[in-house]
Amino acid sequence: MEKKLLSGNEAAARGAWEAGVHVATAYPGTPSTEILENAAKYKEIYAQWSPNEKTAFEVALGAAIAGARSMVSMKHVGLNVAADPLFSASYTGVNGGFVIITADDPGMHSSQNEQDNRRYAKFAKIPLIEPSDSQEVKDFIKEAFEISEKFDTPVLFRLTTRISHSKGIVEVEDRKEVPLKEYKKIPEKYIILPAHARKRHYFVEERTQKLKEFANTTHLNRIEWGDRKLGIITSGISYVHAKEIFPNASYLKLGLSWPFPDKLLKEFVEGVERVIIIEENEPFIEEEVKFLGYNIDGKKFIPLVDELSPEVVRKGVLGEELERLPDGKGVKRPPQLCPGCPHIGIFYNLWRLRATVTGDIGCYTLGALPPYNAMDTTICMGASVTNAHGFDVARGWDFTKKTVAVIGDSTFVHSGITGLADIVYNKGNSTVIILDNRITAMTGHQFHPGSGKTAKGEETKRLDFEKLARAIGVEKVYRVDPHKLRESRKVLREAMSTKEPVVVLSERPCALLPEERKKAKQRPKKVVIPDKCKGEKCMGCIKLGCPALSMRDGKAYIEPLLCVGCDLCQQVCPFDAIVEEGQNG
Amino acid sequence: MANTKNIIISGVGGQGILTASEILALCAMEEGLDVKKSEVHGMSQRGGSVVSFVKFGEKVYSPLIEKGAGDVILAFEKAEALRWRGYLKKEGGVVIMNTLEIYPTTVSLGLDTYPENIEEEFKKFGVKTISIDAVKLSKEAGDPRTQNTVLLGVLSNFIDFSYDTWVKVIKFRVPPKTIDANLKAFELGRSIKE
Ligand SMILES: Cc1ncc(C[n+]2csc(CCOP(=O)(O)OP(=O)(O)O)c2C)c(N)n1
Ligand code: SF4
Ligand code: SF4
Repeated sequence: MEKKLLSGNEAAARGAWEAGVHVATAYPGTPSTEILENAAKYKEIYAQWSPNEKTAFEVALGAAIAGARSMVSMKHVGLNVAADPLFSASYTGVNGGFVIITADDPGMHSSQNEQDNRRYAKFAKIPLIEPSDSQEVKDFIKEAFEISEKFDTPVLFRLTTRISHSKGIVEVEDRKEVPLKEYKKIPEKYIILPAHARKRHYFVEERTQKLKEFANTTHLNRIEWGDRKLGIITSGISYVHAKEIFPNASYLKLGLSWPFPDKLLKEFVEGVERVIIIEENEPFIEEEVKFLGYNIDGKKFIPLVDELSPEVVRKGVLGEELERLPDGKGVKRPPQLCPGCPHIGIFYNLWRLRATVTGDIGCYTLGALPPYNAMDTTICMGASVTNAHGFDVARGWDFTKKTVAVIGDSTFVHSGITGLADIVYNKGNSTVIILDNRITAMTGHQFHPGSGKTAKGEETKRLDFEKLARAIGVEKVYRVDPHKLRESRKVLREAMSTKEPVVVLSERPCALLPEERKKAKQRPKKVVIPDKCKGEKCMGCIKLGCPALSMRDGKAYIEPLLCVGCDLCQQVCPFDAIVEEGQNG
Repeated sequence: MANTKNIIISGVGGQGILTASEILALCAMEEGLDVKKSEVHGMSQRGGSVVSFVKFGEKVYSPLIEKGAGDVILAFEKAEALRWRGYLKKEGGVVIMNTLEIYPTTVSLGLDTYPENIEEEFKKFGVKTISIDAVKLSKEAGDPRTQNTVLLGVLSNFIDFSYDTWVKVIKFRVPPKTIDANLKAFELGRSIKE
């Protein structure tokens, strides 16, 4: 069999392909993004980016009801956005298999919270599958489709950052074509009117009982008998961390962890002297075990907060640490906007204007950090627009004229449009800046409806932000190039002091897009003339926050490996100390 | 597990760390070993600190390296070597560091200071410390983007993979146009033993 080195996300796409999946949808979000990116590479799979997770979910569910094996993937908080159809889908069940991949982010490497989406499976009453490494991801995805069709249920498939983004060896197989299932109109199943839903609720409860029996017998759940002195109940990534520290213990390894396999648990508990639970984040298994009447501890040893690791297991269970060298001093190196980033100009200006900024999620959230510190709130995608209106209705015009909402183009399409309608409808006066860099940059450059390209790279219609804003009822729409600092500052000032809803479209492509990189290569880089630079007395250019700029030996210094020659620093230097390379002689 | 090799590759976003760790992991696979590699994507791409763990051996469970279990730190930037010191094992650890220093804005703004005497910070604990100017060597190899391959060359002296494995994987993994420069970079690194 052929072996490949695959990340969990690559393995998920591969597994879906092997399982005969026809339709894959997603909205990007770390750590889930590469699932759809990889699924889109298979010609047999119809793959699309959706504007948000709810639409992605509903498209895939629609495809499943229509008879296709379908999959939707998202990061953990994405499932909050898609929670409404999730709960309905549990009642309708499926036709073709339907798998929902949630990629959770313990440790919050790139997320706003540490929610443990295993709870969604129990809440929505659908089976939960948790693989432990890339090989299992691929194998279990195929099982997930079988389970979905056999039990007429969506399946929640849970990855975590370390599974999604770790690579391991995977034995790959061929695709098995699965023809579309016949589509039948079944109103009492697919139309969840109260009268239908009441009946479907009985179905859901019966299904859960059947799945519980299945959980006791499926090979996804297994007992590994080892040393009988210590038994460990675990699932997902926690299993491999535990194995690292206790390679010889006995394990109850859960791959299908909800509904909970009660009989298997009984057998396991009776076979070992001492049992503990090792699980990351929430006491999800522990609550089930305790509910079944066993006094087995988990969170007593393993912290609920933060990511699990072998070292946390060792410390928690054994109270030991490996002998090691002391930690070294790490210089603070927070993520930064890229050299030439279109967001730099906007945040530099908002800092200069001392604006109150309701912010949003994307690369531009870095505007919250020094040197700008130009952000007051960041809640969830889309909330910048509505938060600004909240500030407006609470504090009135004198405050609102100093306030702006800042939102990325992908985020605006995701969930900012309804907020803008809220402002206009309710006679608000907020200014909304849409940072149109043509791409979903933060998650690694995915197309969205404002990009004009599909997930497969085909040309498509491009959403016209100006027309949209006008259709919603915004009468003042400005367009600016954020790299023209003075001009755009003037527009921002004007927009904020206009007592009506205003949209400022800040248009410039992300500096990492291929065309922009090409342009940067052809442009001369900038250098500092040390004799003209006033150094620490000025620091004007440093306030831009361009990563290519730093202070060395008391003078500004431009790192040539990083500079893209965008000329922002030249615009802000009051002493003409920054010039094109070759002109410093 | 006791017989796995644990390599920590660290640096700053954009330095080619993920390609380097991929090459290392593919070499391990080519040698018939079990291998896992782990890193976090996302915010770290924006000039932040980046680390990739590569573990290989007969059987590898967790993709994460425990503090105190690291065999080698391969650092693409000086301060990024020191940050991970606590991951090195107490006896017999090795650090290979690029002498390149990348100052973050936090230093320019006076919010933090760049660490000093980094080599000494390792040597005083008896760690075998190798500092190399990979920027210079990569230019010698004909392409400044081959810094990561220079560093892999140095690392290759501390791992018993066959020479052919390295060459085969590098050829397979780097952009076709850059194969020659990368192989030269690898040789330049491999010639450094102390
Ligand atoms: C509900 C939800 N889905 C996905 C994400 C992940 N995510 C964070 S920001 C972002 C979009 C960023 O794109 P854009 O608004 O265009 O800003 P840019 O990064 O391009 O500056 C995404 C997908 C999230 N945080 N929450
Ligand atoms: S990826 Fe693009 S949008 Fe994000 S910080 Fe870099 S240049 Fe700016
Ligand atoms: S020209 Fe100035 S602002 Fe632009 S990338 Fe170079 S150093 Fe940064």
